[in-house]
Amino acid sequence: MRQVIKGNHAVSHGVRLSRVKVISAYPITPQTTIVEQLSEMCASGELEAKFIKVESEHSAMAAVVGSASAGVRSFTATSSHGLLLMHEVLHWTAGARLPIVLANVNRAVGPGWNIWADQTDSLSQRDTGWIQFYCESNQEVLDSVIMGYRLAEKVMLPVMLSYDAFFLSHTSEIVDVPDIEQVDEFLPPYEPEFRLDVNKPRMFGGMVGPDCYYEERYVMFRDALKVLDIYPQVCEQFHAVFGREYDVVEEYRTEEAEIILVTAGTITSVSRIAVDRARGEGKKVGLMKLRLFRPLPIERWQKVLGNAAKVVVIDRDLCAGLGGVFASEIRSALYPLTNRPVLFSFIAGLGGRDVTPEDVEGMINYAAANEEPETMPLFWGLKGDQGGNHAETL
Amino acid sequence: MQKLFDIPRDLMTEEELMQPGGLSCQGCGATLAMKLALKGLGERTVVVIPACCWTIIIGTYPHCTLQVPVIHVPFETAAVAASGIRAAFDVRGEKDVVVMAWAGDGGTFDIGLQALSGAAERNEDILYVCYDNEAYMNTGIQRSSATPPGAWTTTTPPGAIKEEPKKDIVKIMLAHGTPYVATASVAYPDDLVAKFRNVRRIKGTKFIHLLSPCPPGWRIDSSQSVKVARMATQANVFPIYEIENGGYTVNVVPEKKLPVKDYMEAQGRFRMISKEMLNAVQDRVDRRWEQLLENSAAP
Repeated sequence: MRQVIKGNHAVSHGVRLSRVKVISAYPITPQTTIVEQLSEMCASGELEAKFIKVESEHSAMAAVVGSASAGVRSFTATSSHGLLLMHEVLHWTAGARLPIVLANVNRAVGPGWNIWADQTDSLSQRDTGWIQFYCESNQEVLDSVIMGYRLAEKVMLPVMLSYDAFFLSHTSEIVDVPDIEQVDEFLPPYEPEFRLDVNKPRMFGGMVGPDCYYEERYVMFRDALKVLDIYPQVCEQFHAVFGREYDVVEEYRTEEAEIILVTAGTITSVSRIAVDRARGEGKKVGLMKLRLFRPLPIERWQKVLGNAAKVVVIDRDLCAGLGGVFASEIRSALYPLTNRPVLFSFIAGLGGRDVTPEDVEGMINYAAANEEPETMPLFWGLKGDQGGNHAETL
Repeated sequence: MQKLFDIPRDLMTEEELMQPGGLSCQGCGATLAMKLALKGLGERTVVVIPACCWTIIIGTYPHCTLQVPVIHVPFETAAVAASGIRAAFDVRGEKDVVVMAWAGDGGTFDIGLQALSGAAERNEDILYVCYDNEAYMNTGIQRSSATPPGAWTTTTPPGAIKEEPKKDIVKIMLAHGTPYVATASVAYPDDLVAKFRNVRRIKGTKFIHLLSPCPPGWRIDSSQSVKVARMATQANVFPIYEIENGGYTVNVVPEKKLPVKDYMEAQGRFRMISKEMLNAVQDRVDRRWEQLLENSAAP
């Protein structure tokens, strides 16, 4: 049924439709309304789940580590500082091979306190072993929860789906909320091969010496890469039931593109407008939207970007001492190519600052006008002496 | 010669859920405690172990000395991971399974206190056991907030012996309205087993504070751990009692009160305690004992 709902409520519905059995979460702006709606769903019996209302995000993550280890489908949601507080347990969850789904509302990290959109929070968790998706619309958010469980339970690795604070979390869009019977067809009940079971006692997560730890980590790495093969199957099954498709990347007007933008999250929607305008002016500009970020779909990136002359990566995140995280990873992925496109790295929109189609047009024009990029990223829209939009590099 | 306790045979089942092969030090109180605890609990039990001595004692992969399901969890998460497991077992309809968090004093008094407080406030239907060896023993004897005043540890060396009193974890738990709070000791195995058997019938959070002598950390011979643990109770340093829904019962009343000095002199770790500190400890121990008797006499 088509409804007008906010991104956070798209998550709640995704959780309900996935028949999650244990939820644990802690409130944090702008994630809170997920928790509120899930509480209501549990209270009304619309969702038959136990909701453990914990005293911190660290505990929220640890609670679902417990419940998932006992073999029930489990969910948590957070944002920003909450995600950072979970960090230790995020590593633990992936290492324990627990197929938990976590919804993260991308929000800036303090200080100063800032509750607005910024992807540094989840990108700083990229080495924890979680599968990561970035979403552009509320429909994609809802669908990613359901697809997330299907994928997670196939590869036994946790899935983190991220979407931008306020631009999606608190913005209403038309979302097709599927019937639960339809979802049942796509997502079978969760019954893991190994779980805490008094009839079959096993030990989980115990001490391993140098003789075994290495192999354990290798197996986890290998299984994470399997996502690249399994995810397309999940997509196909999802498409068969729901008629919607979500590739690991989405190409937009990349045919014969000389300049390809690379974006994640809601900057993508803005960039589509800029691409359309550029194409209208006869400029060969396209867009690659990042959806799957862990594991890295390196070959797909190479295939999409390999024939462009220039790649423009827009990062709404910042790693001090490095620059944009996406730019860094794209650069690594392109390195093996003999004829590499040159890469322009832009930082934009940190802490929720608006990024307009005009901003993106400016970045396209900058890349068109310059043959060689700067070594360091360009900070778009930085307020300088003159104010207004201009790029600055170190 | 002290009279040995009469151990009721019906509590001491022949079934062993803890098998040989553990990696504990000789005379480890925590190991004996687990063996006895499982006798009380039986096989429908899940054990949740945060980082602590028991991470090692249980055996390294692929060995495990316990014949019940076990999960290891991060240091500060025992109570909340147990809460998650409880929820899952409830969802699965296995409400009779006891979920037992088994943590050291560091994981309880210090780093795990927040999660424990959360679980107790929610009155989770779990059993939380703190086996208290009064320092971070697994990492080599560092001070915790359960370390008693006057004790040497590697982070309270000569010149900086711990002065602060031990946190009163029982009172902290009682302040949460926890339905069952008890102390137990490996020196009183009948009482210990009875308590672990008893908790099955109690709904909500159960907390057992278990004194667990540590020969290397307490600077005692490994043959002396049970004896020293018994002295702790006889000197009223570690009274054995339980509080169910606010009602106090003192389970062990020493026939003859032992001076705290005797208990301390039996261990190397208190060698540097000053006379003043010893007197202060004796006063505090006496006051707490009187308070406990008063509480247990209350209707």
